[in-house]
Amino acid sequence: MSYSSLAAWILSWEKWTDSCWQLNLEDALLGDGILKGMAETARNFFGSYVSKERLTTVEYPEQRIPTAENARVFPFLVYDGANWEAGMRCVACQICEKECPPKCIYIEKSADKKPDYVGKQQFYPTRFDIDVSVCMSCQICVEVCPFEAIKMDTQFELATDDRFGGLLFDRKELSRSNEYYHSIHPTEASEVDARLAEEKAKVEAKAKAAAEAAAAKAAAAANPAPPAGGGS
Amino acid sequence: MSVTDIKTERVAGWNRPPVIEPDGEGELLEVAMGPHHPSTHGVFRMDLALDGERVVRLKPVFGYLHRNHEKLGEGQSYLASMPYTDRLDYICSLTNNWAYALAVEKLVGQEVPERAEYIRVILAELTRVQNHASSIGFLIQEMGASGTPLMYAFKEREKILDLFESLTGSRMMCNYMRFGGCRVDVSAPWLDATRKVVAGLPVFVDEFEALLSSNEILMARCQGVGILRPELAINAGVSGPMLRASGVNYDVRKVDHYGIYDRFQFRVPLGDHGDIYDRYMVRILEMRESIKILEQALKDLPAGPIMDPKAKLRGFRPKPGEAYGRIEAPKGELGFYLISDGGPNPYRYRVRTPSLINLTILEDMCLGHNVADVVLIFGSVDIVLGEVDR
Amino acid sequence: MAANPFFVNLDQIFVLLRNWLVGFLPVALQPMAGVLLGVIAIVCVFPGLFALTTVFERKGLGRIQNRIGPNRVGPYGLLQPVADGIKSLTKEDIVPLRANAVVHFLAPLVLVVTVFMGFAVLPMGRNMVLVDMDAGLLFFFAMGAATELSVFMAGWSSRNKYSLLGAMRAVAQMISYEVVLLLSSVAVVMITGSLSLPKIVAAQNQYSNGFPHWYIFTPWGLAGFLTYAIAATAETNRSPFDLPEGESELVAGYHTEYSGFKFALFFLGEYLAMFSISGLGTTLFLGGWSAPFSFLTWVPSWFWFFGKVMLSIFVFIWMRGTLPRLRQDQLMNFAWKFVLPFTLLNLLVTALWRFMGDGWQRWVVCTVILVAAYVVMGRLEMRSEHFGRRSYRYAE
Repeated sequence: MSYSSLAAWILSWEKWTDSCWQLNLEDALLGDGILKGMAETARNFFGSYVSKERLTTVEYPEQRIPTAENARVFPFLVYDGANWEAGMRCVACQICEKECPPKCIYIEKSADKKPDYVGKQQFYPTRFDIDVSVCMSCQICVEVCPFEAIKMDTQFELATDDRFGGLLFDRKELSRSNEYYHSIHPTEASEVDARLAEEKAKVEAKAKAAAEAAAAKAAAAANPAPPAGGGS
Repeated sequence: MSVTDIKTERVAGWNRPPVIEPDGEGELLEVAMGPHHPSTHGVFRMDLALDGERVVRLKPVFGYLHRNHEKLGEGQSYLASMPYTDRLDYICSLTNNWAYALAVEKLVGQEVPERAEYIRVILAELTRVQNHASSIGFLIQEMGASGTPLMYAFKEREKILDLFESLTGSRMMCNYMRFGGCRVDVSAPWLDATRKVVAGLPVFVDEFEALLSSNEILMARCQGVGILRPELAINAGVSGPMLRASGVNYDVRKVDHYGIYDRFQFRVPLGDHGDIYDRYMVRILEMRESIKILEQALKDLPAGPIMDPKAKLRGFRPKPGEAYGRIEAPKGELGFYLISDGGPNPYRYRVRTPSLINLTILEDMCLGHNVADVVLIFGSVDIVLGEVDR
Repeated sequence: MAANPFFVNLDQIFVLLRNWLVGFLPVALQPMAGVLLGVIAIVCVFPGLFALTTVFERKGLGRIQNRIGPNRVGPYGLLQPVADGIKSLTKEDIVPLRANAVVHFLAPLVLVVTVFMGFAVLPMGRNMVLVDMDAGLLFFFAMGAATELSVFMAGWSSRNKYSLLGAMRAVAQMISYEVVLLLSSVAVVMITGSLSLPKIVAAQNQYSNGFPHWYIFTPWGLAGFLTYAIAATAETNRSPFDLPEGESELVAGYHTEYSGFKFALFFLGEYLAMFSISGLGTTLFLGGWSAPFSFLTWVPSWFWFFGKVMLSIFVFIWMRGTLPRLRQDQLMNFAWKFVLPFTLLNLLVTALWRFMGDGWQRWVVCTVILVAAYVVMGRLEMRSEHFGRRSYRYAE
């Protein structure tokens, strides 16, 4: 073997040892990644005793997370005032029944009418059933309702052992007062109330204007016209 | 025999699955993995033929979660299909919503206001972060780390889901996008909460990486396993992080310029080897890029309406025509193909889901590997059975 | 303070108790009765520790994962093992039709009995070893090997090709790491010059400047302890070496066909093996029952022994919570290509240590050899497997 090839061989060996000793600190040891991982879990272990950030368990049912204000679970019917039948906002237009994707709403319209919150005569539902086991909480019924009559509730602890009707709610079970609506969705309920009050004010203003016009016309008809001519 | 010794047969543009000869002694062990199995991400079955420990044949069998999504779509209005899209890829409901809304908006030529576009981007990137975190968590769980990274990922995910709940009303089934914008406007407290969550995300990704990326056991199990060659990936229609991990630069956000993604500075991470480790790292890097997009979007959010005032909610009858709307969902390219015949319901409603298409090359990736590796390769594809079976 | 009679009595309290109880019997029966009492003590204490460890494991894993472990049964969940025990006792005992019923029944019994026998030679405190054998270490390893027999019996008798596969994998793993375990302890035997475990502890129970002479504080001892720890994790089938009983694998391994109380016995056997191997590791490397500092020798010796064993258990739990599991061929590779050569090198270094005599030179030489070997072999291993850190490119 010539000296040059011997030298080349020795140099190649040196290059090999060089690459072994390269101080690439991240690659230095077999096992440093494992140690880093174990340090991380140890940090979490001790941290879970000390900081609330680390231990995020909420021990249900003794502790509960407060529900978000916008949470939606299953629908309910809103009524104004104290009497749920008289104050129900639903006018049985059946739009929600048509738009509901899984078709879980069943409505039967009444034959007669009852006055609504502005005094106009409206139909009302004699039957309003929602099969809550079919409902998928999509909130489309709320979006399309023109009368602010159906809203989403936040109660989810509805488990029952009655297979054949425990989760079929009729209109009495679905009705909740406007105060309840305010308690679960305050911002939304205030907006709805403001809108309805505006509507009512508009209707009342129109009614007043119409009444004034009618009174003026009646007054004009009742009083005799003043004599034509006379002094200048 | 290593994976590189596999013979491949080229047939007219489509690479036939490679053939592995069994060693000759003894018959093949035929085993069905699933549908009832802790690692199959849902109800999914794999019919494996094993020669000792190596996989010689793999036939995926799915359909256990088929829920008639597309036929249902034909029977109800366009709006009523929106909550059903939540349930396709049930982990990422907001991106499903966006893809569908995009398809319908293309069908009718609907404009979307700027504020709504920004909100869509914010929610989509939040979805991407929590999807990648959970997907990595599940992958490591299957590797046997008894759920520790999974729990960390889920802790972060809970914060994002709380944001979704306070905005849309529901943690997972958000039903938020509408044709022409978004359903509910974001409030200032929500934006503050989001900023706080986004500020905590880089710390979380760093901790996640500290636990995992340099872990030698992870490297030993993931590097060189389940290699997907880029030509095969393109041929099979694979998209998403799987495609980018094989080195193909294709991100629908950069290709289609849908929404307002052009306004954001973000990069697309690419892998070189196409193995499980690359897919895992591409997902981590994509999480970091998503955080960058989120910070930019939250800064630049303009005021304005969130819904096009001309958009109709009820009585929506698009003119006859067809449209294909696609987005870069966290798992890949999610597309909706709609044919309208002028009526209130679509004539044909088709979903092109990334999980199903990405699953078609599972056999090619798994041949020659051990059973233990099959579980990991399957986990690295990141599928959700709701999407695969629709 | 070490001579304080109160603390001496506290240290020897179990010995004194036994002597007092045995004193009631005639002289001829006394040795037998003494041993019997010792056996009863071991059979009561260690399963009790096992019960406590199952709770600690679940709570420890929970805290690592930022959640609370079980906390409903009893205060802080401490009565959870009672609930688990009742559950496993009341489950139906299913024996497969074609299984070999006798062997199927014997397998868990063999496991539990041989593991208990291993406890007989561990010195759990000053004068607290059940049988003071001259070749105690040899006896311990003989019993340890017998546990592998029970694993194979379980897999074979189930007449199920999957559990046979799992059993064969488990036995192969245990045999490979048994070699490493033995060679790591041979280093200790070389330095001490005796196979008797009480003598090994006595050799470590010396202090200079208040610091103990535990073997872990020497370079060869640290290396030996690390290889012993890796081998111990593999012997007891714990993470990251728990593929034979992996939950996300195809089958549940060799105890697939076991249910009810027999499964509980396998579980008990696994944890007792963990205690026994930790006990041996403590005795060989961590000084057994000796206190960490000379001013702490007044604390009872059994407290130190059990404290160190529980610390080892905590490290086992910590590793389980952090590390994913290795594939079977990878862990066999790891054993034969990395750990075993390193252990053999450690033997050479131990010999070097002994023959270089006292002084700072032997510290430097031994440390340098071991660290260099670790770095070089580690990088060779990583290079041959083609894995390592990577960098990623981005597209705009």
